[in-house]
Amino acid sequence: MTAQQRMELVCPAGTPATLRAAVTAGADAVYCGFSDDTNARNFPGLNFSPREMAEGIRFAHGHGSKVLVAINTFARAGDTDPWRRAADTAVACDADAVIAADIAVLDHMAQNHPKTRLHLSVQAAAATPEAIGFYLEAFAVRRVVLPRVLSVQEIKALNSAIAVETEAFVFGGLCVMMEGRCHLSSYATGRSPNLNGVCSPPEAVSYDESGQATTARLAGFTIDRYDPGSPAGYPTLCKGRFTAGGKIGYLFEDPVSLNAGTMIVALKEAGITALKIEGRQRGKGYVSEVVRAFRRAVDAAELGRDSVEIEGILAALSEGGRQTTGAYRKTWR
Amino acid sequence: MSIALTLGPTFFHWPPDRLRDFYYRIADEAPVERVHVGEVICGKRMPFSDPVWPEIIERLERGGKEVVLSTLAMPTLPRERRAIEELCADGRLVEINDVTALPARAGQPFVAGPFLNIYNEATARFFIRRGAHAICPPVELSLATIGAIAMACPDAAFEVFAFGRLPLALSGRCYHARLHGLHKDSCQFTCEQDADGLVVETLDEQAFLAMNGVQTLSAQVQAVLSPPAELTTRAIARLRLSPQTCDMVVVTQIYRALASGEIAPQEALVRLGGLELPGTLVDGYARGAAGVLAAASA
Repeated sequence: MTAQQRMELVCPAGTPATLRAAVTAGADAVYCGFSDDTNARNFPGLNFSPREMAEGIRFAHGHGSKVLVAINTFARAGDTDPWRRAADTAVACDADAVIAADIAVLDHMAQNHPKTRLHLSVQAAAATPEAIGFYLEAFAVRRVVLPRVLSVQEIKALNSAIAVETEAFVFGGLCVMMEGRCHLSSYATGRSPNLNGVCSPPEAVSYDESGQATTARLAGFTIDRYDPGSPAGYPTLCKGRFTAGGKIGYLFEDPVSLNAGTMIVALKEAGITALKIEGRQRGKGYVSEVVRAFRRAVDAAELGRDSVEIEGILAALSEGGRQTTGAYRKTWR
Repeated sequence: MSIALTLGPTFFHWPPDRLRDFYYRIADEAPVERVHVGEVICGKRMPFSDPVWPEIIERLERGGKEVVLSTLAMPTLPRERRAIEELCADGRLVEINDVTALPARAGQPFVAGPFLNIYNEATARFFIRRGAHAICPPVELSLATIGAIAMACPDAAFEVFAFGRLPLALSGRCYHARLHGLHKDSCQFTCEQDADGLVVETLDEQAFLAMNGVQTLSAQVQAVLSPPAELTTRAIARLRLSPQTCDMVVVTQIYRALASGEIAPQEALVRLGGLELPGTLVDGYARGAAGVLAAASA
């Protein structure tokens, strides 16, 4: 779909306090999930009880924002009811949309809650007109969250070939593998995004300090090593340092995060309806700052300002970490 | 019910001569009922292998094998999408590895490959209604989970990924190209140098993963060696053996002997261990644990 309306800014919330912070900072929509393995950010201390969800949605609606509920893991074989119940609860809480990846959940929503908007999660990895057409025909999805492997040119071509809204990640963590089709985490640790809603889970992480270095490990596998005194990163599997063919390095991806702020105008021109900020595990201070900056940047883009000005608005966000525009530029591949 | 054997698609960029020699020998000597052919990982490789598939298919069919045309797991280019459409229009059975192929194959029989996200019986039933008559679920599912799905879906044959480096992830980025300082669009096909994939070690020289162009596999080799009674109890009908450069005819013979009850799992483990494998044997996923855990002899 080639959208001409104002782009929607979709922001993360891992807690009720973060939801309020995101809404107050100018989020058009907030996405969040329940405190269980029905959502892909199933970390201890995060997410919403049904009651918190209902209250959060009431707060957001009172401030003119929408809430999108992520039920985006894959239902457990022999025990799919929790996923259906989560969908029912989201609808009962007056969610503006449910974000789902599993066909079991999509089918349940389409059959039982046809009036609630259904968004196809990035975890479904739908990247072609045929795949998106299938989800449209089978479940009447209203929006597709695009995998982080498409270039802007490809997104533009895709949008001209489909009749559904598209949402693109613009800031935050970067999956270098196609989302929803990555088993690296379960290979090492037994737990994975698709099965458990977690990647490189904290209980598998260890830091080993020896005289010469700090070694970050995941389930015993060395993911990276740091000189004494330099800060050790979280051992996310695909951002580790490995060796192959006699070379040592970040063979899959550098320890970078996504910042496609400079590409907001290009993404709009490519027909993107909504821009998504990753980070449901982040605190409310971080979310407030990022949402506020992106609110200004998106508004500037809507007013036709150029990417240099937008870059200026977002400059403060690039401190303290390396960033990439990811697959949106073809040379990333 | 006896357990059937399937030779899965070759994940690696083997030159046409190697493909031809490999499949001719499979046609003549391997005790498998079904053989998957076709490029699954990277559409850029298709111009190299496309010319040899017709003769390979003909030879396999003459050898009494049922041929399945496997389709791309991550199509993006119009050319790749067209290739999927053409394969789906072929009279033969196809394997779908991405939802892209579903509309083209609607209502006709297909195999649902391990790159589709079929994690539960409700999703499996949906695919069965659309024509799936065999399903090889994602590799991270345990035998118990696959069994739970299979028991609830008697209309499809369930297949377990039983041998070979495990397909763990796909990316828009080509890691072989990145390793060689190139981009995917001008990759120079360096993946061809690594016929089993290129092992990725940790900084402590521990074999961990393997890169194969846009695909990441395990460095270790999956070896699910369950006794046939256990598979039958779980309504698992087929075992999938994934091509590596070791002697795959011997691999198929070992699994055939295991599946028919001629040899015990421990004996199969010893025999597999005697082959020139690219990694140690693992089966953690089958047991509901981390995939990398060493193969138990059941």
